[in-house]
Order: sequence, then structure tokens, then C-alpha cells
Amino acid sequence: MTPDALLGGFTDAPRQSARAFRAALEAMARPGTLWPIEGAAPPAPLSVAAGVLILTLCDGTTPLYLGASCDQPVVRDWVTFHTGAPLVAVHEAQFALGTWADLMPVDRFAIGLPDYPDRAATLIVEMPALANQGPRLTGPGIATVAHLSLPETAAFCANRALFPQGFDTYLTCGGQVAGLPRSTIVEAV
Amino acid sequence: MTDQTAYNFAYLDEQTKRMIRRAILKGVAIPGYQVPFASREMPMPYGWGTGGVQVTSACLVPEDRLKVIDQGADDTTNAVSIRRFFQRTAGIEVTEATADATVIQTRHRIPETPLTEGQILVYQVPIPEPLRFLEPRETETRKMHELEDYGLMHVKLYEDISRHGQIATAYDYPVKVEGRYVMDPSPIPKFDNPKLGGNAAIQLFGAGREQRIYALPPYTQAISLDFDDYPFTASKADHACDLCGAPDSYLDEVITDDQGSRMFVCSDTDFCGSRRAAGHIGPMGTPSAGG
Ligand SMILES: [Zn+2]
Repeated sequence: MTPDALLGGFTDAPRQSARAFRAALEAMARPGTLWPIEGAAPPAPLSVAAGVLILTLCDGTTPLYLGASCDQPVVRDWVTFHTGAPLVAVHEAQFALGTWADLMPVDRFAIGLPDYPDRAATLIVEMPALANQGPRLTGPGIATVAHLSLPETAAFCANRALFPQGFDTYLTCGGQVAGLPRSTIVEAV
Repeated sequence: MTDQTAYNFAYLDEQTKRMIRRAILKGVAIPGYQVPFASREMPMPYGWGTGGVQVTSACLVPEDRLKVIDQGADDTTNAVSIRRFFQRTAGIEVTEATADATVIQTRHRIPETPLTEGQILVYQVPIPEPLRFLEPRETETRKMHELEDYGLMHVKLYEDISRHGQIATAYDYPVKVEGRYVMDPSPIPKFDNPKLGGNAAIQLFGAGREQRIYALPPYTQAISLDFDDYPFTASKADHACDLCGAPDSYLDEVITDDQGSRMFVCSDTDFCGSRRAAGHIGPMGTPSAGG
């Protein structure tokens, strides 16, 4: 166990996780909108947003895949100490954390079953930047149209074609999170 | 943890809330699809909306202002109990004003006042499966949703028409969400159905006994099932509110004395009271919210 692994968790988990979940809920319910999310100090290279999402959503019942850039002793220890999430291979993952390059090709992740589409993975993608520009988003949660600086469009178009199956995605950068559920129609601009 | 109280913030323990939160997020990602979840025992009977209470518990933040309504009213035993429960366990503020609430838990109504971004409407759902009365077996209804096999539902509605000359279903009127899942909107009057679609708020549905959570994200399409020759109509009593004069709100018929005299009043007590406070007075109304 690396010493830093014990630090940086929630200090008031019930309230901090509640606030973090509301940001995560708004983000997933309103694709393309950016939300501040805070309350934890995960070890580098994790962003605050990615670390807080992990603390809020993961536990011993949620197998987690760590992409290559995150798969370091201090991250593994931090995640294990604070959440107990089993660290697993791609195919078993309920959550996956990494850069887009880490997680590609994303069609390896669980998309749920035809009769249980909820049994699908949630990807947490660490981004170098996050802004309301780039690919055009339409669909549930979006009044007219939104834009989000996605790492690419083709993978999300292919994922949308699987609806109601498909993975769901959070994009994180610093202390901000955006959501991209499988229901969103993504078009290049 | 700094919590010194006997129970956790908003009652449920963190592991349970995480499980419910994950189910809510999958529900949001698949609008209209019923996500199974492991419902917990709550310190109230099932008929009191334990599914809604668990969803509310998983969503509340300390800064929330909670409104709870039962058939449109803030002052029923059920609504008062749930409001007090969260005042005590979460220390949140409560309100009866729809516009001031950040989270609204409801049984059987959607408020008349349009909801806005940033608000969450949590429905208490007794029977989440719209196909249940056609097919009692869960394995079969799940297969029907998978295959979009909604023919039986249309047959049932059309039988209504041949029997009654119209679609007789007045509550629990099914909607199709984003052209994919048929969803039960809980026993709201069909008058409220048009507010399900295109709503600015997040709508979450919790069924405790049946252990299902489902959702409508903001601005999601939810279309009431109907037929070209029998289009859906959001009917209400052909009357204005006797207290506030509103011509367009959903009305309850109330017997006012032993002789069987009746009056029609808004089912949404906050809406009616606000209108009277603003000077809209119906034929039997007074300016005070007490009616
Ligand atoms: Zn009225």
C-alpha cells in the first residue's frame, strides 16, 4: 500500500457524495453540459472529477477497469482502499477509467443485454480539455442542440446505433464533468 | 465520517444510495426502460411510496428544498409524513411552492406550474410495468419490451374504443418514450400526460415493491398511445375551479355538505392557493388560501 493511497478521499462522504451524484445526474441527464464536481483529491494522474466519480459510484460490487495510463500502484491502491472495487479486465468492467487512447477500441466494453440493456459499462474518459464545441449532440436531455469536445465521433455514432444497448460515458477534465449517454445522437461538424 | 446522527444523511446508507444512484443513471441513459434495483425496507408501508422515497433519498443534497404532494395536495398525511421524514433525516428545507422546490416527490399528479431546469420530479409508482395487466409474467413482459412487441397494448386500447366509444383509460395512460419503450407514467390523470414529454425537469420514477427505477431526462419525447381515428385527448372536468376560477387546471369534485352539494376545485393546492393570493377568485372562493 502506497502511503498516498490513504489520503484524498471524502471527509464527509454522505454529503459530498450526494453533491457529486447530483452533478453526475445532471451531466448524464443533459448531455453536453459541463458540471463542477469536487470533494476528493485523488493521486495523479487522476483528475479531481474522475476521482470523485469513482468514489461516488464505485464499490465492492462494481468491477473497474483501469486504462494503461491510470494503472499505476498509487492509483490501484487509492481505488482499492477508498472503494473496494475489484480491478478487472476490459470485458468484466462495469466502470472503466482512462484516457481515450487507453480505452480504445471502446467496442470491447459491455453494452448490456437485449432484455437488460442496463447491464452496460460506464466509461470515465480523462480529457486534456472539455468545452462546448465540436461534435453536434441531439436527443434526450437536449432541448435543441448541444456541442461537446468529444475525443472522436465515429465510436459514439456506432454506440448510438446499438440503442437501447450501448455503453455510457463521462468525460472528465480537472474539476469538471460532462455526460454522454448512449441515447445521444452525435454528428461531426 | 462526521455524521453523529443515528442514521445516515437522508436515511439510507451509502452503499444502498450508490446502488440506487447507479440504477438512476442507467435509467436516465435509457429513457423509459425499467432498471431493476434492490429495494430496501423503509420505515413506512409500501403503499406510502417507498420507491419514490428511496429515489429521493439517493438524490437529495443538503441544499435542496423539498416539496411533497399526494394527489396534488401538500397537506395529506402521506405528504406530510414524507416531508417530515426528510426534514429529520436530511435536514433539508421544505416548501409547498412548486417554483421554489428543487426536488418534488409526487403521488398521482404533475404540478400545474411548469417545471424548470434544475428541478427533479420523483414519482411514487405502484405498478411500473405497463404491460402487466396484459401479461402477468415478468419474463414475458421483458421479452415484449425487448422486441418492441406492443401490439397487445394497442389492442387493449382499441377494445376500450369499441366498448365505450372512446379510450376509457383515465389514469396510468401509457406513453411511448423516444419511439422505443412503452412506459407507465404512474397513476397520474391522463390530463397530465402532455407534461411528461419535453419537460425541462428531470423525471425519475421509483417502484419500491416492484423494485424498478426508470426515468425521463429533460426534453424527452413521451407520446401518449393513440390511434389516427381516436387521437389522445387530455381530458378534465368541463368546469372552472370554484375557488380560483382557473379554467385549465385539473379539478377534483368535492362534496361540500350533507345535501350532496358539489364544487370543483384544483387538485393542485399550491397552484389554487397562489392564484387566490394573486387575486383570482372563483364563484365559491375567498382570497385566503384556506378557501
Ligand atoms: Zn383553483
